[in-house]
Formats: sequence, C-alpha cells, structure tokens
Amino acid sequence: MPADRNFKIVTRLFGVQNSNRIDVAMANGAYKRLPTAFAMQPQALVDEVKKSNLRGRGGAGFPTGMKWGFIPKGADTVYLVCNADESEPGTCKDRELLFWDPHLLVEGMIIASYALGCKHAYIYIRGEMIREAAVLQKAVDEAYAKGFLGREQQTALGPYKVDLTVHRGAGAYICGEETALLNSLEGKRGWPRLKPPFPAVKGLFGKPTIVNNVETLMNIPFIVEHGGQKFADVGVGKSGGTRILCMSGHLKKPGVFELPIGITFRQVIDEVCGGTHSGKRVKAVIPGGSSMPPLDPSELDVPIEFDALMNDPRIKPVQYKPGHNFELAPGKPLRAMAGSGGIVVMDEDTDIVAVCARIMRFYAHESCGQCTPCREGTGWMAKICTRLADGYGQPGDVDLLSSIAYGIAGNTICPLGEAAAWPMMGFITKFRPDFEARLAQSRGLPPAGYHGAHP
Amino acid sequence: MALQFSPQADAKISDICRRYPNTQAACLPVLHLAQDEFGYLSEDVLELVAARLAVPSSHVFGVATFYTMFHREPVGKKVLMMCTNVSCMLTGAYETLRKLEQRLGIKAGQTSADGEFTLIEEECLAACADGPAMICGDRYFLRVTADKVDATLDECRKLPAQHGHHPHSDKKH
Repeated sequence: MPADRNFKIVTRLFGVQNSNRIDVAMANGAYKRLPTAFAMQPQALVDEVKKSNLRGRGGAGFPTGMKWGFIPKGADTVYLVCNADESEPGTCKDRELLFWDPHLLVEGMIIASYALGCKHAYIYIRGEMIREAAVLQKAVDEAYAKGFLGREQQTALGPYKVDLTVHRGAGAYICGEETALLNSLEGKRGWPRLKPPFPAVKGLFGKPTIVNNVETLMNIPFIVEHGGQKFADVGVGKSGGTRILCMSGHLKKPGVFELPIGITFRQVIDEVCGGTHSGKRVKAVIPGGSSMPPLDPSELDVPIEFDALMNDPRIKPVQYKPGHNFELAPGKPLRAMAGSGGIVVMDEDTDIVAVCARIMRFYAHESCGQCTPCREGTGWMAKICTRLADGYGQPGDVDLLSSIAYGIAGNTICPLGEAAAWPMMGFITKFRPDFEARLAQSRGLPPAGYHGAHP
Repeated sequence: MALQFSPQADAKISDICRRYPNTQAACLPVLHLAQDEFGYLSEDVLELVAARLAVPSSHVFGVATFYTMFHREPVGKKVLMMCTNVSCMLTGAYETLRKLEQRLGIKAGQTSADGEFTLIEEECLAACADGPAMICGDRYFLRVTADKVDATLDECRKLPAQHGHHPHSDKKH
C-alpha cells in the first residue's frame, strides 16, 4: 500500500537547523543502524536489500539488491562508489540531500561497503557543487573523528574497517554515466566504457565495483532498521520505498518533495505544487529528467512509478516517423520512464520548439565525442532544432530531426545517445503541430553570420 | 624561477595521493588545487601537475581540456555560472543572462574589463526548483530573475576572489 504523503525516509532532516552536523544528526538517529548491520552476515544484508525492492534512483531504476548480487564471490578488492554527479536537467534532489543530511549518506555507505566487502569507498560529487562538497567533506571528517570511518569495528565477520574519500568532478554531464564516472575517478577523461564487462565485474581500477546514486544509498539505513519487507510495503508493486520528485518549471510551488511511489503527475502538479504559476493549463511535462520523452496533458493520470511509465497504455508510444513506433525490443514501444525524478512542467504559453532546441543544445554540448552517431547527431539536432525555433526552418526539417534521432538511438557506447534521441523523437511525436507550425512560418535561409540565437 | 607549488599545496597533494591506489587518479583533485593556486591552468601549470604526479603531460592536457571547470585562459576574480537549461529557461534565465551581459558589458564566455567577473552560460546546476540559478564561488544564487541582477551583482562583488590567492597568479606564465 502506498505510504501517506507525510511519510519520510530520506528527507526527515530537511529544514532542521544544523542537521548536517554530526551531533545533530546523531541526536536524530544517524549511525544507530551500524550495530544492527554489523551483527548480520553481508549476504543477509544483500538479501534484505533484494527483498526491499529498492530500485536505483539515478535514472535507470535497476533493482539495487540484484546489482549488489553481481559482485563475484571471493573478490579480494571491491569498490563502492556513490554517484553524486547530479546533472540531469530538471533534477535537483541530491544537492539538497547532501546539504541537509550528509551523515545519512555516510551511514548508508558504511553499511553498503560492509555488505559488499568494500574497504575504500568513494563519493564522486559534481564539481560545481562546491558548498555541498565542503559540507560532505566535513561530515566525512566528523565520521572519521568519531571512529565510524577508518577504525576497526566488530562485525559478524570479525574486525572490519572502511575508508571514504570525497572526489570532486570538474564539469562534465557525461560523468553521471557510471563507466565515465569510473574513468573520471581514475583521473582520465570522462569517456564511457564499452559494456560488458560491467562495473560489478571490472570497474574502478579494474576491480569489481558498485555504483549507486545518493538517494539509493540513503535508503539503506531504513532497510536495516525496519527490514526489507517494510520498505517494500511502503512502495508499490516492484518499486519499494518513497520517491523524491524534483518539481520545476511553471509551477506555483516548485520544490523537492519526498512522496509515495504511485502518486500521479496530475496529483503532484495540482495538489502538491498548487498548479501552474499562471493558472493556465499544462501543455507538456518532462517526466524524469530531460532525457525522457515528454508527456502531453492527456497522459498525466499515470502513476509516477518505474514500470507504469514504461508500460501504461495511456502513454502514447514514441514514434520515429508518423505511424512507426520506436521500439526498445520487438513489440515493446518506448513510452516514457521515471528517470531521475526531475519533473518539469510547462504551461500552455510555452514555446515547445525552443524548449526542445535548448535541450538538444545541452546534449550537443555534453556529448563526449567518442561515438560518431552521438557526436555528430547531437550537433546536427541542436543546429537544426535551433534554426527551426528561430524561424529559419528548412523544408523537411521536422522529419530530418526524427531521422537523425533514430540514427543515434541504440548505436552508441553509452545512453547519452538515447538521452538526446528519445526526447527529440518524443517532442515531435507529442507536439508535431507546434513543429509544423513553426516550419510554416519560416523566414527562409538564416542571415549571414547566424549561429543560432538565444531563444 | 621555475613554477612550483607552495609547501602547503604540496603537502596537500601528498595527502590526496594517499587516497588512491595510483597517482593518476589524483589528476582531477590536483588540477582543482593547481587552479586555486595559480588562477588558471597554463601550459606550465599542466607540466607541473604532470611532473608532480609522474604522469605524461599529454594525459594531463587531455584531462584538463575535457572538463569545463578547468580554465585554460586567465579568468576574472569571480566566475559567474548562469544556468540557462530547461527549468531555468522556463523561469526566465535567458532574460537574466542578457541583463548580466548588458550590465557587465560582455558576452557570455568573456571577462569584464575590470577583471572582476567571467560570465559563463552553464548547463543544469541542479537547482531546478529554484530557477533561474547562478553560482558565484561556492554560493548558489536562486530565483535570479532579470529584476534581481543588479542586487545579485552587488552581492557577488562583496565575495572574496575565487582564483589566484597565490602571488603566482599575477604573473603571466
């Protein structure tokens, strides 16, 4: 049964004064779950996480317990890496989580490290988050001073000690992709790696590695304290726990909210966020970060849950040209995904083509350049969509955009290709009349020296 | 005098290297540190980092040019990172950016004539619910609509300089 809207797991300390100080955090329960976890066998912890139906909160929604289970038995060195490189447009939860409750993350990472047999864990935090990195580093220093880190603890397996290092990125969206993140952590360019081998087999410094999102790891202490079953019961279907939704765009009350999994888009927009700031109707909603195909107003009664967004027939399939569904697997059309929880709401006055063009410029800027379809394709989508938005569209541009997107998806090392292609195809599928109308108003060829104006 | 790290920075690099199984992994943290120390990453600074970490300078060059936060040219005392990505765009980020450009007399990507600010059009800064968002130093400025540009710039002027605390930063390498 879904939790009530006031039930909090990871945002309990939001708004509490000095909540990121260890004394305040400990007065609120931080590190109290460690003895319980250390009394268990690591495998029992992994089983508990499997039972919890915890799914990765970074975007893919992969079952966390299953991921943990991929670490080869008997591996001598194992790494745990927390992905705090939050940079998916529309997503702003990890920054808040790190600021308000860094000790919950440290505690979650100590427990996860013990479960995985990791002796040195890393937090890869986004470079621009200078203040959050300082808060996190202070929390880690405090945990060292109290002996939770860097000092041997008695466990069911004997003495156990873990170190934790905060590692700052330096401005590259691609480093949110886990293998790019690992390369970056190794001091290289953030270039994604071919998979397989998957990180659980060959990851950081060539060793078995688990990469988990901030919010994912912050749920672990609750699972240890209350059991996996309780966490699963809080959720819906195969999605345990709560979900943080980052509500932004044209909203009366935007914000970061921890809500029951299964709440619908319409409920969050109208009941939690007070509707649009203009009072006008919603025109489009990005359901889980800008990489996801958008929704139109007829699709907002679907619950915000990983499986529902992929399978609910109320969400129209994305098409790569009129009448042709884009399929993830034979017979399985792409609809939408819950992604990172970044929900962007646009009211009816929104210039959809300009928004799409801005999103395409983002992916063109962030493509790492390794794969030709992505490097060239994102660049062309950005140029063509921007000229269309600026009133210089050329005959056939709308279909050209879809066909470039179709040529990228599935043909690249990492999912940045899809992350650009899906919204491109999605925007055209759902808002084709907007694109066609802009094309019909085209003023012809752009003037000399045109490089794509601001929208 | 050949370029060198201050003794404090050098000790810090040794501490950083102890956190990783090899020195190459210290590339990003040491480049951050070098940028704080010298203001920007000139070729000499990259050579210094490469020598200190005993990795090829070609590797350090590749890394430094991959990440947007590493500056290869001198920047202003403070870098303004103005997000114009989707959530901020919807709440008026481009109007803010244009006003910033107008007030500073520069275009995004340039440094003001007084050397105070470098203005950068940034990608998503993970403050979407409070857009338009801008970073100056370690400070986030939220809901920076165009009408708040003057007050925000006044506040930014009062912040300490980010880069180049070290005497070396005044030299042209």
